[in-house]
Amino acid sequence: MAKDDNSGKDLAAADSSGVGHEEAPAGTAVVVRDAVANPGLPPHRLRVTDLDPSAERRAERTVYTLFYLSIVGSVFAIAAYMAFPIVPEDPGSVRTNNLFIGLGLTLALMAIGIGAVHWGKALMFDHEGIDERHPVRGSDETRSRSVEIFQEAGEESGIGRRTLIRNSLIGALIAFPLPAVVLFRGLGPQDDNPAALLSHTMWKKGTRLALDPTGTPIKASDITLGSAFHVIPEGLQDLEHGKLEEKAKAAVLLMRLKPEDLNELPERKSWSYDGIVAYSKICTHVGCPVALYEQQTHHLLCPCHQSQFDVSNHCEVIFGPAKRPLPQLPIAVDSEGYLIAQSDFTEPVGPSFWERN
Amino acid sequence: MTTIKKPKSPGGRKAGRRHPLSSVALIAIGLLFTGGAYAAFSTSTASAETSATSQQTIGEGKKLFAANCATCHGLAAQGTGSGPSLIGVGAASVDFQVGTGRMPLQMNGPQAEKKAVQFTDEQIAALAAYVSSLAPGPGLPEAKLLDEKGDAANGAELFRINCAMCHNVAGAGGALTEGKYAPSLDGVTSKHIYEAMVTGPQSMPVFNDMNITPESKRDIITYLKYLENNPSPGGYALGSLGPVSEGLFLWIFGLGAIVALTVWITAKSN
Repeated sequence: MAKDDNSGKDLAAADSSGVGHEEAPAGTAVVVRDAVANPGLPPHRLRVTDLDPSAERRAERTVYTLFYLSIVGSVFAIAAYMAFPIVPEDPGSVRTNNLFIGLGLTLALMAIGIGAVHWGKALMFDHEGIDERHPVRGSDETRSRSVEIFQEAGEESGIGRRTLIRNSLIGALIAFPLPAVVLFRGLGPQDDNPAALLSHTMWKKGTRLALDPTGTPIKASDITLGSAFHVIPEGLQDLEHGKLEEKAKAAVLLMRLKPEDLNELPERKSWSYDGIVAYSKICTHVGCPVALYEQQTHHLLCPCHQSQFDVSNHCEVIFGPAKRPLPQLPIAVDSEGYLIAQSDFTEPVGPSFWERN
Repeated sequence: MTTIKKPKSPGGRKAGRRHPLSSVALIAIGLLFTGGAYAAFSTSTASAETSATSQQTIGEGKKLFAANCATCHGLAAQGTGSGPSLIGVGAASVDFQVGTGRMPLQMNGPQAEKKAVQFTDEQIAALAAYVSSLAPGPGLPEAKLLDEKGDAANGAELFRINCAMCHNVAGAGGALTEGKYAPSLDGVTSKHIYEAMVTGPQSMPVFNDMNITPESKRDIITYLKYLENNPSPGGYALGSLGPVSEGLFLWIFGLGAIVALTVWITAKSN
């Protein structure tokens, strides 16, 4: 009905505009008559089970067989639990246990579901009904009455008049989420500035480079051409707390290239030793460990998002979403021939963060 | 029609004629005989050669090298524009590259792929002897390091730190850049795994004995062989490739089953 009202109005507006055409001017919405007539519902078709009594009996048999099958499945699951116990030290027993219990439970539930659907589709009363959709807009009386109710509630509660109550309630609602903010803040570092923690690693002047995971210090002479060593700072293995946090920042990949293959920045000439270079293993994109080193092309690939770094060219990004080269750890050799760090990384390792300069 | 059938029917002539397959059988027996005799002869001479890693073996290897490898690696293994120098790569490198069929290279590509081995064990040994005679390099691993009886747990930790980023934590292999890839380690012999770690073939870095000690290499091999011999407790592993194959399986079969069920539930019963 509402639709008819609108179309009448639209036509009147088009007439009063004085254009004189049957159609409204461009830009004016016109309700066009639908070219395709509503075909209506297809004629009701009886099911096989409505027409053929033997088909009906068959469907009934199928349904109760499925329900009995479900009982079998449940019993089977219980039997499987007893027959295939989980034996400690034998992962294979977990598999058989899970597999057979799962098969039994699947049968138990699937059979009920399939049986119920089949029952509903084939046997239950087959009546086709039409439920018209209600218009979304309420009637004018309902709408004005709702507005009245709100106004009455406002007046009767006095929320507009009693400002102290109103303001204190608003204050209480604002204060309510504050404990959550404090509690979540407690999950972060407490006494340290998180930005400062991200800016420094365990490396400092003189820290020996050590093998992951044993912590054995590495001599420069140990590293043959084409080698890749996975390195942690010496002493990391002995840390009581925060071992993983420190390792996540300080992990380093040590590689040896032919010195003539290295194209070093002038200010970093002293950062390598005889073709041995050390770079942070933490990707500057989102912090995955970059360790897929190809010793012939000297490319480093990050497995997460395919960023590629060129080790021979001070680890600059040659492909992928990373924006900055991997930070280089300046290394030197101590009097005993062990590799040591000259200092910490000269920039924060890993992905960008808010306070990073 | 009858004329075609005719020669089939008489049975009396059968005794006088040879069976049609007899000539084929005769040739096969003859070939087997000569081949067997040749094989027996050649293995006896080869074992005599390898028993003494002598100048003769090296000479044999040099000839094989000149015939099969020198085109790319140079007549003196010094390397050319199309192949690297082999001076100092050692016997382990030759045994790995030739023993897995990667060399001789079949065609240019992102990397040399595993294929059918082109030489006999004796010929590979001769090639290895020749190349290792040019300059010292990593030798063949000792048998006790390949017995697969090390510490699998330690091997697994070292594998996760040093190898898993390229070869996948289950050794299933993975992609590298520009068409290169880290191959699957399933079915690779212990000797070839060891030699690959020592020599760093192609894109793979070198893992020398100071980085991963020989005993640790034995542990890594033990771990890989443990993986090979113990099926995944989780059931079918779908290639151990992680979310790629597992996700694909669920998208196709899991969602497919849900769609099929939905269609069945909403379809009108007939």
